[in-house]
Amino acid sequence: MKLALRHGFVLLMCVFALVPILFVVSAAINPLGTLASTDLVPNGASLGNFADLFGNDRYPFARWFLNSVFIALAASFASLMLSMMAAYAFSRMRFRGRRVGLLALLLIQMFPQFLAIVTIFMIFTRVTELYPAIGFDTVWGLMLLYLGGALGANTWLMKGFLDTVPKELDEAATVDGATHAQIFWRVILPLVTPILAVTGLLAFIGIMSEFIMASVFLRDPESKTLAVGMFGMIAGDQRNANFGMFAAGTLITAIPTVGVFLWLQKFIVSGLTAGAVKG
Amino acid sequence: MAHDAHAAADTRRGPRPRREVTTAFVVSRVAVLAVAAALLLYAAPPLAADGSWVSLALLCAASAGIAFLYLTRRFVPAKYLIPGTVCLLAFQVFPVLYTVSTAFTNFGDGHRGDKQAAVTAIETGSVRQAPGSPEYALTAAVRDGELVFLLVDPKTKQVQAGSGRGLAPVTGAQVGITGKVLRAPGFTVLKAPEAAARGQEISKLAVPTRGGVIKANGLSRAVEGRASLVYDAACDCVNGENGPWRADGARGYFVNARGDHLAQGWQVNVGFGNFTRVLTDPTISGYFLGVFGWNLVFALASAGGTFVLGMAVALALHHPRMRGTKIYRIALILPYAMPSFAMLLVWRDMFNRDFGLINQLFGTNVDWLGQTGTARAAVILVNLWLGFPYMFLVTTGALQAIPRELTEAAAIDGASPWHGFRKVTLPLLLVALTPLLISSFAFNFNNFNAIQLTSEGGPFPAESPQVGATDLLITYTFRLAFGAGGAQFGFAAAISVFIFALVAVISAVAFRRTRKQEEVYA
Repeated sequence: MKLALRHGFVLLMCVFALVPILFVVSAAINPLGTLASTDLVPNGASLGNFADLFGNDRYPFARWFLNSVFIALAASFASLMLSMMAAYAFSRMRFRGRRVGLLALLLIQMFPQFLAIVTIFMIFTRVTELYPAIGFDTVWGLMLLYLGGALGANTWLMKGFLDTVPKELDEAATVDGATHAQIFWRVILPLVTPILAVTGLLAFIGIMSEFIMASVFLRDPESKTLAVGMFGMIAGDQRNANFGMFAAGTLITAIPTVGVFLWLQKFIVSGLTAGAVKG
Repeated sequence: MAHDAHAAADTRRGPRPRREVTTAFVVSRVAVLAVAAALLLYAAPPLAADGSWVSLALLCAASAGIAFLYLTRRFVPAKYLIPGTVCLLAFQVFPVLYTVSTAFTNFGDGHRGDKQAAVTAIETGSVRQAPGSPEYALTAAVRDGELVFLLVDPKTKQVQAGSGRGLAPVTGAQVGITGKVLRAPGFTVLKAPEAAARGQEISKLAVPTRGGVIKANGLSRAVEGRASLVYDAACDCVNGENGPWRADGARGYFVNARGDHLAQGWQVNVGFGNFTRVLTDPTISGYFLGVFGWNLVFALASAGGTFVLGMAVALALHHPRMRGTKIYRIALILPYAMPSFAMLLVWRDMFNRDFGLINQLFGTNVDWLGQTGTARAAVILVNLWLGFPYMFLVTTGALQAIPRELTEAAAIDGASPWHGFRKVTLPLLLVALTPLLISSFAFNFNNFNAIQLTSEGGPFPAESPQVGATDLLITYTFRLAFGAGGAQFGFAAAISVFIFALVAVISAVAFRRTRKQEEVYA
């Protein structure tokens, strides 16, 4: 009886969780492809929206997809490396300014980078004049910008995790004649793979969904990311007509992340409890 | 023998332990030098061409420092800290400091450049055709690759060549019956289609004369214009219609006796002007408090609501005889794995009045995002949907870490399930999850996407299109800086500084509380 109550409640929450996703699926396979004609239960099935998505010449979806995946992969990998290196120094070495540095990171972490969006815009206006290759409308500039937030986001989390890895391991390696670089690459990195996987995945998803800085940064249709481009796809009066295409795009964007999510489920619970936050 | 003894003595004295020079060592050092040199070669020329000597010096010092750091064997911690720190300083700390300094200026539309640029813009913008000046017949021509105007005075038939440097007489030119120049020695006359192709260049060229400039009017006429507003350095004012306009250094405008100002101004330091404007200007301060209040409610409701929902689900599933937990769990975390920007837009369209799913399902015709109350409820609901799976996941993890013996012991001692939860499970959960709750609060306090991609801050009251009912401080700032009403970067930066301060205070208070709590339970 009590168990039935539990099932009832959880089922209700599942409905809440799944209705919007069902709606997206239904919109994506809706042959008419408009918002008005989309119902919760698909009223027909066609892959027309997917064909439109890749076949039309107004929205270079494939290009956006590549841009997004490239930026997200490269930036999340680089930011993991940066914060892992800093965490290694903070966890294993004793040096002047260590405490101050850790506290400063904690403080900086509280200020999201996009609060300074106004001046970031002004700075990059100047950078674009000097170095067009890393200025507006380029993936490299946006990636650099995302790297600025790397240290603040994950260093504390990784330092906490590293502190739990026994110090004797790297001491043994030192005795065997390993240099600090060898210890970092050969001993530490393999040990922290689970937390790297989870934070990497979360950084990836966070960057894929990042909108505010990308929308200021990327204005050329060819250079847009999925978030900026798909926002434009259903902006203004195209909102009704392009909805099917948009939903199809959403599903394609979701497939890789949902897949990895389900695969890493076990790690994710432990990683999140350690303090990883989805951006 | 002697040699051996010498070596032994050396070891005894213990000179600095020399590590052997390995291939990896050499390769990594060469790579470091190469990277530093490449960066310098790429970054230096544009700075030198631009004459930014301070930046150039900084760049050289920085690359030299980094090259040195990775060449020497010392400063090991710095080797690991520098890459991230450089990015952090350049793209996070520096923008924040720059924001603070911009908050003290009036930088924005109409106040972009310095005073000299403003004067130039005002003068060239006020050029009108000089009364009584001739209307020249214009022929576009090229001399040594440079575009020039061949100008024929309609009365005297005298031909002059005008370029960016001024007017010069031309001899030996042949003028056709239309008044245009057919050919002239030293010039290549552009034919009509060629001239049309360079139309933009032609309309841009301004030939300076004694009292004004000669500009093209179409492709075959040119007129002399005079600036109706002229800057006079002696009185630091602009003379002309409705003038004199005196420079007001405090506001960065030219102001006349009636209190009007010219549209073009320049960037000045306004001190605490932007900050006092937030607090005292009634059209802003009233809304600012309102926005701040709603911002707090939104962040609290999002963080608290997702936690309660997620915890409820986790508790419901946390039962030894519960079946199907795997399936449930997959269904419940799906919202978390979907791309959030797209799902926010989907929710926006589900709330759409005319085509949206919600009105279709319930057979209603409510403009959900068009009314204050429903719009606020809607954005919170959407944020709950996005956030509860995360809380579900973390509470599941935390619950598994709580030994079952504790709750069982409480039950044996006669505690009701509710009592056991209140006194045993919840406090233990909170110890583990309070830091996450705080960061969730801080994240939602500035949750730009959740508002901008759903309600865009709306609905907007008729009398103030600048501030909407669901606006957070961050979306409000964004609109001030990049919105349709003209960019007010300085003012937007001042609001950003306010948000910085608020976030800092809230986080400081929250962290103090957590520390106290940990002392209690630990």
